Amino acid sequence: MAAHLKKRVYEEFTKVVQQQHEELSAKKLRLAKPSKSAALHVDLCKAASPADALQHLLHFARRPVEVESVEGVVRILLEHYYKENDASVRLKIASLLGLLSKTAGFSPDCIMDDAINTLQNEKSHQVLAQLLDTLLVIGTKLTENPPVRMRLVEVACKHLTDSSHGVRNKCLQLIGCLGPVEKGVTKEVESQSAKDVQKIIGDHFNDQDPRVRTAAIKAMLQLHERGLKLQQAIYCQACKLLADDYEQVRSAAVQLIWVLSQLYPESIVPIPSSNEEIRLVDDAFGKICHMVSDGSWVVRVQAAKLLGSMQQVSSHFLEQTLDKKLMSDLRRKRTAHERAKELYSSGEFSSGRKWGDDAPKEEIDTGAVNLIESGACGAFVHGLEDEMYEVRIAAVEALCMLAQSSPSFAEKCLDFLVDMFNDEIEEVRLQSIHTMRKISNNITLREDQLDTVLAVLEDSSRDIREALHELLCCTNVSTKEGIHLALVELLKNLTKYPTDRESIWKCLKFLGSRHPTLVLPLVPELLSTHPFFDTPEPDMDDPAYIAVLVLIFNAAKSCPTMPALFSDHTFRHYAYLRDSLSHLVPPLRLPGRKLVSSPVSPSITPNEDPCQQFLHQSLERVYNLQHLDPQGVQELLEFTIRDLQRLGELQSELAGMADFTATYLQCQLLLIKALQEKLWNVAAPLYLKQNALASAAAKQILEETYKMEFMYSGVEGRQVVIIHHMRLQAKALQLIVTARTTRGAEPLFGMCEKFLQEVDSFQRCFISELPHMQGSFVDKLLDLMPRLVTSKPSEVVKILQTTLRQSTFLHLPLPEQLHRATATIIEPTGESDNPLRFTSGLVVALDVDATLEHVQDPQGTVKVQVLYPDGQAQLIHPKPADFRNPGPGRHRLITQVYLSHTAWTEPCQIEVRLLLAYNSNRSKAAKIPKSTWSDSMEALPPSENGIEGTIPFSKPVKVYIMPKPARR
Amino acid sequence: SFSLGPGAGQDVGRSCILVSIAGKNVMLDCGMHMGYNDDRRFPDFSYITQNGRLTDFLDCVIISHFHLDHCGALPYFSEMVGYDGPIYMTHPTKAICPILLEDYRKITVDKKGETNFFTSQMIKDCMKKVVAVHLHQTVQVDEELEIKAYYAGHVLGAAMFQIKVGCESVVYTGDYNMTPDRHLGAAWIDKCRPDLLISESTYATTIRDSKRCRERDFLKKVHETVERGGKVLIPVFALGRAQELCILLETFWERMNLKAPIYFSTGLTEKANHYYKLFITWTNQKIRKTFVQRNMFEFKHIKAFDRAYADNPGPMVVFATPGMLHAGQSLQIFRKWAGNEKNMVIMPGYCVQGTVGHKILSGQRKLEMEGRQILEVKMQVEYMSFSAHADAKGIMQLIRQAEPRNVLLVHGEAKKMEFLKQKIEQEFHVNCYMPANGETTTIFTNPSIPVDISLGLLKRETAIGLLPDAKKPKLMHGTLIMKDNSFRLVSPEQALKELGLAEHQLRFTCRVHIQDPRKEHETGLRVYNHLKAILKDYSVQHLPDGSITVESILIQATAHSEDQGTKVLLVSWTYQDEELGSYLTALLKKGLPQSTA
Repeated sequence: MAAHLKKRVYEEFTKVVQQQHEELSAKKLRLAKPSKSAALHVDLCKAASPADALQHLLHFARRPVEVESVEGVVRILLEHYYKENDASVRLKIASLLGLLSKTAGFSPDCIMDDAINTLQNEKSHQVLAQLLDTLLVIGTKLTENPPVRMRLVEVACKHLTDSSHGVRNKCLQLIGCLGPVEKGVTKEVESQSAKDVQKIIGDHFNDQDPRVRTAAIKAMLQLHERGLKLQQAIYCQACKLLADDYEQVRSAAVQLIWVLSQLYPESIVPIPSSNEEIRLVDDAFGKICHMVSDGSWVVRVQAAKLLGSMQQVSSHFLEQTLDKKLMSDLRRKRTAHERAKELYSSGEFSSGRKWGDDAPKEEIDTGAVNLIESGACGAFVHGLEDEMYEVRIAAVEALCMLAQSSPSFAEKCLDFLVDMFNDEIEEVRLQSIHTMRKISNNITLREDQLDTVLAVLEDSSRDIREALHELLCCTNVSTKEGIHLALVELLKNLTKYPTDRESIWKCLKFLGSRHPTLVLPLVPELLSTHPFFDTPEPDMDDPAYIAVLVLIFNAAKSCPTMPALFSDHTFRHYAYLRDSLSHLVPPLRLPGRKLVSSPVSPSITPNEDPCQQFLHQSLERVYNLQHLDPQGVQELLEFTIRDLQRLGELQSELAGMADFTATYLQCQLLLIKALQEKLWNVAAPLYLKQNALASAAAKQILEETYKMEFMYSGVEGRQVVIIHHMRLQAKALQLIVTARTTRGAEPLFGMCEKFLQEVDSFQRCFISELPHMQGSFVDKLLDLMPRLVTSKPSEVVKILQTTLRQSTFLHLPLPEQLHRATATIIEPTGESDNPLRFTSGLVVALDVDATLEHVQDPQGTVKVQVLYPDGQAQLIHPKPADFRNPGPGRHRLITQVYLSHTAWTEPCQIEVRLLLAYNSNRSKAAKIPKSTWSDSMEALPPSENGIEGTIPFSKPVKVYIMPKPARR
Repeated sequence: SFSLGPGAGQDVGRSCILVSIAGKNVMLDCGMHMGYNDDRRFPDFSYITQNGRLTDFLDCVIISHFHLDHCGALPYFSEMVGYDGPIYMTHPTKAICPILLEDYRKITVDKKGETNFFTSQMIKDCMKKVVAVHLHQTVQVDEELEIKAYYAGHVLGAAMFQIKVGCESVVYTGDYNMTPDRHLGAAWIDKCRPDLLISESTYATTIRDSKRCRERDFLKKVHETVERGGKVLIPVFALGRAQELCILLETFWERMNLKAPIYFSTGLTEKANHYYKLFITWTNQKIRKTFVQRNMFEFKHIKAFDRAYADNPGPMVVFATPGMLHAGQSLQIFRKWAGNEKNMVIMPGYCVQGTVGHKILSGQRKLEMEGRQILEVKMQVEYMSFSAHADAKGIMQLIRQAEPRNVLLVHGEAKKMEFLKQKIEQEFHVNCYMPANGETTTIFTNPSIPVDISLGLLKRETAIGLLPDAKKPKLMHGTLIMKDNSFRLVSPEQALKELGLAEHQLRFTCRVHIQDPRKEHETGLRVYNHLKAILKDYSVQHLPDGSITVESILIQATAHSEDQGTKVLLVSWTYQDEELGSYLTALLKKGLPQSTA
């Protein structure tokens, strides 16, 4: 159809008289769709000069083309292509062809022949390259069609001898993307084309132009990605390319070598200039290591990154990467690492006070010293000392990956990682701390290493300190001195940065529980007990003392002899801390005392946590009491809610679940209370006060349901139904209340209609869940639906009222994991008495630092709200880059908020808080298909960032500010 | 060819190298020896020209960096000996060099009272002759000679220079550092493949440990002492390492949120710091990236020192000059603080024998000061070496990067250089030289000679055969015309035209006798079939008149005039086809296969 269309258009404007008989049939189509191609055609014909034509084409390229008319447009373009003498216009046409073939839904096989034909007579290299690019686009759209691919590859092979690098480049790219991957199929299709694509590409490894060489390697990599098994013979060729003059060639060659080493790890290759042979993966590893000291940092980064993923390398090669023989005046010298190790093993503390303790020792045989090793020697030593931090980070990452797979390597690389803790760039420091944490299962820190690690605790960057705390949580320490040292340093950290309290306590908790036997001998010293004398009781509120206790109690958990060393007040403090910081202090079996929480009966299976049991029991109780008198139900609900809230406070792991159910019960309670009012039967306007209560309840239930839906992570479909159901009830309640307070039926009409719509959409959304909701509000409502639709608003309200009262209370099934989103604003602290002064009309930046827990997609949902004293509120969307992800389920927001206001006479406080934005139809909105090429795009409302409402989920922080009037 | 002379060589102390390259004379560095106080401190410039002006002889002078052993003799050379040609150095060197020269002059003339030394005015005049260059900027000294600077690390503004005349080139490294430090990056050079690389070799036999350990040790020691409430004295020289240590401490203070004051003795250093602030592009990645927020050399924690501060209570860190504790402020402070075991002195560099620095480093705890006063040293003494020269590995790395054809080692001790020389020859298979002071080394090169070729000829010749391959030489036919000192390759026709000569053709003809009783044309057919079967890649044609052509070679079969059984094959070719022609004759001489009948 489109072909006809084009023809007609073409004829109309070029006035070819002979074919006029066709015009009639085509005319109908044209009326239906005034084509853009026609306009383009007119433009191109009118164009007086190439520059003019180019302008038209550029203009045309900015507008989308419908799928149906693509072919017509292509034909017109081709027509002009043949007529055009100016290369630049032809170039633009060629690029437009490619662009058009990309149109979704358009199958370009019909224009392929024409596109290939255009290649024949083209003289300009640039246009040729562009045409090949177009063919590439066509080819990638027709990957399912082997003959077409074969044909394109042949065309590409033909042009490989072109003298322009651009053309050769594109040819190779084309071969790489479309070349046959399965050998068998190739032969069937065309016996002659069975020529080896790899060989064709391989021939261009020695091309005179570096760009073509790069393209050849990239094409090879492309083939590999598409699943072709590369031949091992390429390896030698690739090795030669490592010494290329151009960095992009070297960089690509490194990749190729890596690919080959993964394909043929166990093949044997000879070592040049000797008779030995080694495994290919080792050889490749050595070669890539060599590239870590390349002249170009791009290559260095590339090489360092790839090293990390070479897991099959023999261990002695791996260990060589950390090896660097030192010498001074031809005498062997020990590295600082070796010295430290020796001092450690000889039992001496590192003094470092002697001059010349690093004096060189034995003489070196000059012949044996290899200054530039061809092997892997010292690759990481170089990489970690590199000038560019990109290389250093890549090296640290590679170290991490290799160490994770090889414990012995992990042990060896420790010294180097520890060294990286003092890098000048914070990112590198952070990265190396994270790396260390990842490999910490494989290692035990020596005391001198621990010393260096701990020195970083004083870093002023919170990120670094927290990463370090995380690291210490999972570190193995070898001696009791080490533990003591760690404790001392952590306490020092605590005094210097009191805000780190929680993090440090958590760190000590793990440190204690990991090393009970090492803590044991330290206990008397730590608690400063004395065998004969009573010592004064320490201050219970001292964070440092709490820190010590956390360490000891956690150690005591698996060390039953420890409590014997406690003094009386320690036991008292234990009881207090067990209650107030239950997440840090474990239950202990203390002599003469029973375990605080519950009597341990052997009948309970270990996986059944008593708290969890309690939760379920209390819920069962609630659900079972369907037909108690209203008073009783209310009381029971109130008690249960209180219990659950307390449980949430005590058991942090159950907090989400407990809060969630408590909220649900709260909603139910509110609903019952609202319905219990006896005054419903009385004429409404007299009881405004009572109405206020009911409408407030409805409002609160609505709010709570939004919280339940969006503030908890791990909410599943079944819970969502219940929540929506509750919301529906609240809306019904709202409707009833409004009906009773408003006079006249007009406003009610609209409301009723809206409500019924919602019921309808509820039914549509959750149709699968309806069978589970026997006897519920919505179940009854749906039965009555035919009646509701036809009846008057006042009747609807009546029906609703009775249904609401009769409906039963739905079970809330609990999901496996449920966490409540929380946020804590660390900065600003809100304690400052100094107002932040700035000139009115200008802005001041306020640093906001907050931790978010269990927030899904914080980039999209978390907003900062600033409330000014005049009631003005400002909502700030932080940049996605301001969120960091230090651990699973945890996020950290570090952003700047810009404040501005008109002048005040007095400094005053503003409130800053975090909000969780939600949009209940977000999921639905995403389903609307986006029409890419349509002009009607602008007509659509921007539904993307529609925020339906927000939930505050952090405590507000007050900031004292003072906008001064501007001085003139 | 190159030749070299007169200073430097196997000696650390005074750099001055003379290079003659393709008829151009370049002087590399113009240093002085700090150890001498007589004429020996300056290079002997009479060595260059016995009589005649230096300006006429030298095409340019290049200074690699501002250390006095590389630029100290410059005013003497240009103003007192007399040189008016261009002097090249980088911008930072040009800025800092006169400060150091002036300081040096003051010490020598004003303090030691020497005469016959250059004056302030001479330094100024000398600096006027300096042309400043940017990194990687190709400077055309004259029509043939060009120079280019590469980053060298070592100190601010240090550069390596590539000197190029025609297709011959030399790279002179000056002093360089292949490992980055806290304020400077690592030396870098592209694969310029010079004919000769002149490299310093101070640490020819040393492979150094990672810098991080030393830095960490240093910081730990300072930190511990300050935490104890002690005072730390760090004697330094004004430029170079001092800045590195400042940056190190400054960032550490920043990171660890420390409050103890750090002082820096005023004077020269302040001026130098000012230049460090300006030449941010010459520093390392970290400083370059962060200077938009804050220039790292605008120290937050480091303040200027006042004499009175030394008596202040509480911890502090003081950088003071000079570095060997032999005089001046550093010694004064040392005497004040030596008695307290809480304090510490850190020697960041080498100390010459006889200085207080050397004494305390070698463990003396009781020092005899002037006036028979005995000073008991109770403070801790630490040694930290921060050197900014490339070690053996670094030198090898640079050679690997530049891929020179010859290497020449200077600025090192003969014995150590011997080791490195052997290593270089072994690893890279290039010649390595290590001339002594004043010795001249001559290196022969294989210069490639450029020849102009007309595009038409080039296209025609490349069209024949395969695509040009960069790795393989290609045979071309043409006429080489040498005229007016230029070489041109032109097509034979054009050459003939230009020279006004007529073209002559040269043909070789050869007769081959074959025993074949058949008729002439049958023989011709047999020959044709035979050749066709063998020469698949050539166009073999059988012409209607019975003759055969292979490409442009003609073969005719005729019966022998006497013996009809013998056929004579006449093979004729032009001299251009000599190769194919002789191959054919050889082929035909072997006779025809019998089976073809």
